[in-house]
Amino acid sequence: MDWRRFSVIALVIIILFSVVVLIGKTKDTPIVIITSLLATTIAVATPLTLGALSGIFCERSGVVNIGIEGMMLAAAFFGWLAAIYMNTIFKIAPLPSLIAGVVAAILTGGLFALLHAMLSITYKVDQIIGGTVINILAVGITGFMNRQLFFEKGSIFGGQVPHAPGVLPRIQIPFLADIPVMGRIFDQQPLTIAAILLVIVSHYVLFHTRWGLRTRAVGEHPRAADAVGINVIFMRYANVIIGGFLAGLGGAYFTLESVPSFEPLLTNGRGFIALAAMIFGNWSPFGAWAAALVFGASQAFQIKLQLFREVIPAQWAFLQNAYIVGLAPYILTMLILTGIIGKTTPPAADGVPYEK
Amino acid sequence: MESNEEQEARRESSFQKRLKSAGSAMLVPVLAVLTAMLVGAVVILMAGGNPLYAYLGLFQGAFGSAKAWSETAVWATPYIFAGLAVALAFKGGLFNIGAEGQLALGAVVAAWIGYALPDMLEISLPAIIHLPLAIILGVLAGALWAAIPGALKAYTGGHEVINTIMMNYIALNMVSFLLNGPMKDKNPNNVIARTPEIAESARIPVIFEGFRIHWGFVLALIVAAIVWWLLWKTTLGFEIRTVGANPDAAKYAGINVKRTIILTMAMSGLLAGMAGAIEVSGLNYRHELGFSIGYGFDAIAIALLGKTHPLGVVLASILFAGMRNGGTRMQFLTQIPVDVISVIQALILLFVAADAIIRYIYRVRAREERLVLTRGWGG
Amino acid sequence: MTDNNIVLQAKGITKRFPGVLANDKVDFDLRKGEIHVLLGENGAGKTTLMNILYGLYHQDEGEMLVNGKPVKIKDPNDSIAQGIGMVHQHFMLVPVFTVAENVMLGNETTRNGFLDRKTVSAKVRELSHQYGLDVDPDALVGQLPVGIQQRVEIVKTLYRNAQILILDEPTAVLTPQEAEELFVIMRGLTERGVSIIFITHKLKEVLAIADRITVMRAGRVVGTVTPKEMTEAKLASMMVGREVILKVEKGQAKPKQEVLKVENLHVLDERGLETVRGVSFEVRAGEVLGIAGVQGNGQTQLAEALTGLRPVKSGKVIINGQDMTGKPPRPIIESGMAHIPEDRQRHGLVLSDTIVDNMVLCNYYRPPFAKGMVLQQEAMDAYARKLIQDFDVRTPSPFVPTSKLSGGNQQKVIVARELSRDVKLLIASQPTRGLDVGSIEYIHKEIVLMRDRGVGVLLISAELDEIMALSDRIAVMYRGQIVATVDSRAATREKLGLWMAGAHA
Repeated sequence: MDWRRFSVIALVIIILFSVVVLIGKTKDTPIVIITSLLATTIAVATPLTLGALSGIFCERSGVVNIGIEGMMLAAAFFGWLAAIYMNTIFKIAPLPSLIAGVVAAILTGGLFALLHAMLSITYKVDQIIGGTVINILAVGITGFMNRQLFFEKGSIFGGQVPHAPGVLPRIQIPFLADIPVMGRIFDQQPLTIAAILLVIVSHYVLFHTRWGLRTRAVGEHPRAADAVGINVIFMRYANVIIGGFLAGLGGAYFTLESVPSFEPLLTNGRGFIALAAMIFGNWSPFGAWAAALVFGASQAFQIKLQLFREVIPAQWAFLQNAYIVGLAPYILTMLILTGIIGKTTPPAADGVPYEK
Repeated sequence: MESNEEQEARRESSFQKRLKSAGSAMLVPVLAVLTAMLVGAVVILMAGGNPLYAYLGLFQGAFGSAKAWSETAVWATPYIFAGLAVALAFKGGLFNIGAEGQLALGAVVAAWIGYALPDMLEISLPAIIHLPLAIILGVLAGALWAAIPGALKAYTGGHEVINTIMMNYIALNMVSFLLNGPMKDKNPNNVIARTPEIAESARIPVIFEGFRIHWGFVLALIVAAIVWWLLWKTTLGFEIRTVGANPDAAKYAGINVKRTIILTMAMSGLLAGMAGAIEVSGLNYRHELGFSIGYGFDAIAIALLGKTHPLGVVLASILFAGMRNGGTRMQFLTQIPVDVISVIQALILLFVAADAIIRYIYRVRAREERLVLTRGWGG
Repeated sequence: MTDNNIVLQAKGITKRFPGVLANDKVDFDLRKGEIHVLLGENGAGKTTLMNILYGLYHQDEGEMLVNGKPVKIKDPNDSIAQGIGMVHQHFMLVPVFTVAENVMLGNETTRNGFLDRKTVSAKVRELSHQYGLDVDPDALVGQLPVGIQQRVEIVKTLYRNAQILILDEPTAVLTPQEAEELFVIMRGLTERGVSIIFITHKLKEVLAIADRITVMRAGRVVGTVTPKEMTEAKLASMMVGREVILKVEKGQAKPKQEVLKVENLHVLDERGLETVRGVSFEVRAGEVLGIAGVQGNGQTQLAEALTGLRPVKSGKVIINGQDMTGKPPRPIIESGMAHIPEDRQRHGLVLSDTIVDNMVLCNYYRPPFAKGMVLQQEAMDAYARKLIQDFDVRTPSPFVPTSKLSGGNQQKVIVARELSRDVKLLIASQPTRGLDVGSIEYIHKEIVLMRDRGVGVLLISAELDEIMALSDRIAVMYRGQIVATVDSRAATREKLGLWMAGAHA
């Protein structure tokens, strides 16, 4: 990530935070507000980070994946379902149930990714159409099963949503979490921490291992990879499925870490915003994470403003309106895609099926 | 030069050829629908229902009576407009996932003109002015909303797939704001985010007394014919198709590619906006929050099932409309939630998109060129 | 017939593609330390045969022997294991990778699970030194000139201990001098025991470098000969199957008024680099100005800027006396310019559209093809039928998508469309690239015909023979500048070659 884009990211975050600090100064000290904003930013950036990493693995290997939204939605549902099943039907303790839910979410993401891989690699379906199919399929299946299982009398849960086993517990990072006030930033839930670790791991895998070199070769010039004996089809399948696992983990965030419930369409476009983060981050893990943090910051901004609603000065009244403030991440996404903050280059063979 | 007879013979054979190619073009979609229904039957079975009963109910509900036909046509009307919107964009090489937002804006503007204009002007408008005005302004709102991502694509290369989706969320937020605030129905009994009812003068009349089918359906068919004519019989259509098939060659040939992209998106948004405007003035007589949700994806499925051809879009719309409409009767008969229709429709889309699967199952050879719709991020 | 010296033998190789018999019972053998040229036209089946040897395709019939033992080559891994290396016509290099990364790809050295770039760089440096290749392992491949990229390809094969090297049309992208350097490197390799298969369709270099020559035509081997018993003309008729006129018949040019004037033109490429740096020239009605030069010296950007496809940074373009600098394509086309584009499938044709639509691509909006905004299908069809006949486009019907046509017929569609309009200036970029001899002869004839009809022709070609055969005057382009302009009668290959390599006139 070049310095120009990095400074834009820093600038946007500083502006958003400053506004909240100015508004909230009568209620809290700046340091408390900033700490809490940072903690929220990092947490809400989790599905975006994981979604962007998912996109990076797919697209670095040459497969465009706009189905991340659907993969996350389906994973959120089935992860949640698995956790409830374990907890209420098999009477397993909440924490193991939640962990089983995370595993189920990851597998769901992988399964949908397998479908996407088949469509785009084997059947050479237009990859954007393929991704749309995934999205529509996820909406249909989750909507139907949600209704069938929880709102129909004859179903296993007797027509009502059972009590969920809660959300994943926080993990205090030793020493860092003990810092007064600022320690809050290092007091996060497991998927958030996992996402950050995965950013680092992904970076090393992509740029410093054999797997990464081959993945990128297949996404840049598949024929060249084929000519030195690399199995292009296998590499693409594998990376798309890895991407699916990551998207699945991102989906788990919604129902197992953020709130213990499911509602149809709950991903609310975050799979697409994750793609924008991937593009803005130039298909690199750290870049994408930085971009995800901007979106996270705009969401944290929105959440905090709601809390400070009554102290928003009259001349800034529009900030009281959740609908208007809620536009921030979407408008930000569009601005970023215009390339005014610097053009990025996708892998050369991104979206192109490989024909021998 | 060939003789008249030869010409005649050739014309006839070319007519037969066209018939044959139309038949072969429909083969895969029809098989895709059948396959999806088959898989859907398994889903229904697993959910504890009887698929035969379910499909019988579905058919009865969709086409079993005059009322069923009328309701199916009512459902089909916005589908045709929205499906045409997506199909037209596809022809121009653009993927408009934003039909939903464009539709919502068209609806909200048509509703606003419909209920607020007479009060603002303090006169009662004649229907001949009020109704067209409501529809035209609603349609223009949709066009404008789609032109923005079009312009971003043309001038900055920002990909329309993400931008139209973002515009959906922006539209949804804006409409939420309006329907919960300035445009909210002030009736003391009302608790929902919706506009007041539109004036009588802004309503499209029904075709038959006692049925809900309104002239908007006929308009939809006419618009489908116009879209066909535009695409294949005019220079503008030539330009749209050329830009869609090969923008580099279009530029080489002197076509203004940027202008064509913006125009294509605007026309696509116009059609989507029409779906919303007609639904308000022909059926709901107001706009209610959440009404637009789902239309964007349905429109994509319809456009693909209809192979982006206007006639195909009309047929696909009637099929989808019938399923939605018949779903209620199916639920009544089998207790299977209507939501299973979404699953079946998603499967239809899956099999249409991955026609190779269908061709493999039924051993159908590929006759035509692969439908190239979009290109990766490079644009 | 057993020969201990034979390192590679193909026996009765047959390969069918849908509708084409690409290789028909092909026999071929390679001796240790020799340079064996495989000669043939585009589409003769040379590349197919090599792709089979290299495991990218599989033969339908026939067998392969390496060092006398039958081998099954399923994929490139097998051929690499057999000591076969291939330098492809279109380089198999990842531009965003470094040389070392490209070299190790598929054969990576790792330490503790991480790529060991240092060790690989050292080995590349050593190989480069040993064979005089002069390659920097840490350079980004995309930033290297083509000549060096080709050497990276050679290093890749040596890194894998290749003893048999296949070079597919390696000189297509080189200046005559660079080609000479490559030949020296090849000789160095054979002296160290490497055996080389050299694929080409250029007759001149064949006689200079080959130990033996195998000629292919239409999927079959016509014969294997030695350079001593051959002349260029003999090889040409073996290759094409009939007498070939190596010279284009044309009379003296009669240049008239200026139809194109370019003044101090500067153009940027898509990366923002200035690839046309102050070019000036003029083309007169009734003459052919040839622009010679190795690919990638700014010719593409020059042609695109002249035709309105690319913005002009500074300078002037005047067509038929009108200032057309920076104008979009349509007004330029309307001022009487025709353009045969370099990349015919990208710019020249809408492949999924019918021949009819492609024939009217540039004037669909004018009468008689349109009245107002309504297309006149019958007029379009009639026009397309006439052009198909006039230009001898081989097609079952005018309503066939152009993607179904052969390369030669696709180019004929473009030529027909462009030359049938009322034009004063023709800009032809690489008009015969990748075509068979028949189509090449046809297109050359048409270009000369246009000239004689009083059209000014700007011919841009990387094929020196083509430039010399057609041009009345020749300008040589090097690194975005015109380094020399000469009368074609005064031009020799040697002189042009020196200029193409950057020597100033």
